[in-house]
Amino acid sequence: MADDVRALSAQLAQDPQSLVFLRLGEALRRKGQLEAALRVAMNGLERHPHLADAHDLYARILADKHDYERAFDEWDMAVRIAPHHTGALKGLAFLYFKVGDLAQAEAHLEQARKVEPDDPSIDQAIAMMHKGVGPPSPTPSPATEPSATAASPTAAVSSGALDESRVFAGLEGANEGLLLIDGAGRVLGGALKDKSGTDVTDAVAAYLAGVSQEAARTVKLLGLGAWMGLSAEGQNGNVHLGHPTPDALLLVVRERGMPLGRLAILAQRATLMARHWLEKQ
Amino acid sequence: MSKALDLITRVRGVRGAMLVSAEDGLVVAEQLMEGIKGSAVAALAASLAGRLRRAMEAAGTGSSVFWHLQAEQGAILVVPGDASGGILVVAVAEPDVNIGLVRLELLRAAEAVL
Repeated sequence: MADDVRALSAQLAQDPQSLVFLRLGEALRRKGQLEAALRVAMNGLERHPHLADAHDLYARILADKHDYERAFDEWDMAVRIAPHHTGALKGLAFLYFKVGDLAQAEAHLEQARKVEPDDPSIDQAIAMMHKGVGPPSPTPSPATEPSATAASPTAAVSSGALDESRVFAGLEGANEGLLLIDGAGRVLGGALKDKSGTDVTDAVAAYLAGVSQEAARTVKLLGLGAWMGLSAEGQNGNVHLGHPTPDALLLVVRERGMPLGRLAILAQRATLMARHWLEKQ
Repeated sequence: MSKALDLITRVRGVRGAMLVSAEDGLVVAEQLMEGIKGSAVAALAASLAGRLRRAMEAAGTGSSVFWHLQAEQGAILVVPGDASGGILVVAVAEPDVNIGLVRLELLRAAEAVL
């Protein structure tokens, strides 16, 4: 494998425009050298921004790094460029399953099956999903690499070291519709349930990290200074997203009946409480 | 189309209004003050709208009918045209703009245009 990487690297150095970066990136990913794989994929994408395979490779690496939001975007882009890209369709199915959207997961797998009806792995994934196991990751496991996130202080925080039940103690509706997460989408406190009572905490947390990154990018590129909050009225409820500290996000969800202005006041209080709680830790 | 945008830009503190294709982030129509990068606003607003829609649907609140990003030196206010978010009506505003008024004009514009 090391020889493969060396040979492929040499080929790429000789001809930086060639598509050999796809094989090199995949080889590095499989070896677990995710940072190196990421660099190769990003360089390749810069040269071939409209190549679906390049977006697929990038997405696989991001998925291995548990950056599911960006992996979703890359697989989504791959499918936009090449609607029959089965790797990307399987990747999207995997991510939809992870957030509990079984209908979308199955739809993407069915789409992949139409393109490659003889691929047994697709039938297998659909069968596993029906059993509630979930489709296997579309990215064959890389060798284990010490993960930066596993050792991060925030990982320890989310493991229960903090008394998360006390974050919003005393606040109106303290036990409902409040979610505190870190910048990587890991839950620090609070929980969310949808109308049917299903716990959607993890799914929402994963999506929120992407919303926050995009909000930050938007205001930065438009020269609007730092972003302070994002309020939204939904068809069935209203939400407010703020950040009590630069590394944390707080989402407040309330019924549609609560006006955005009042929601913003409640969110402000919750933000203060979350900030104090985080500072104490 | 331009009349609808005109009503939004008449609100004090609004620096520009646009119609944006949610799918590809391209400008459909715009009325902007000098210095505002229309194509950048369109691309970023569409991208953020997509991410927000996914988060809100996961949270069970349904897709957004209005959202507002507040920053230190300005704000972006958006009304997605329909549930699938085909066209976004977007306003770029000063930080101290009357949000309620802009929201009303955005909703009116969405009704008139879509």
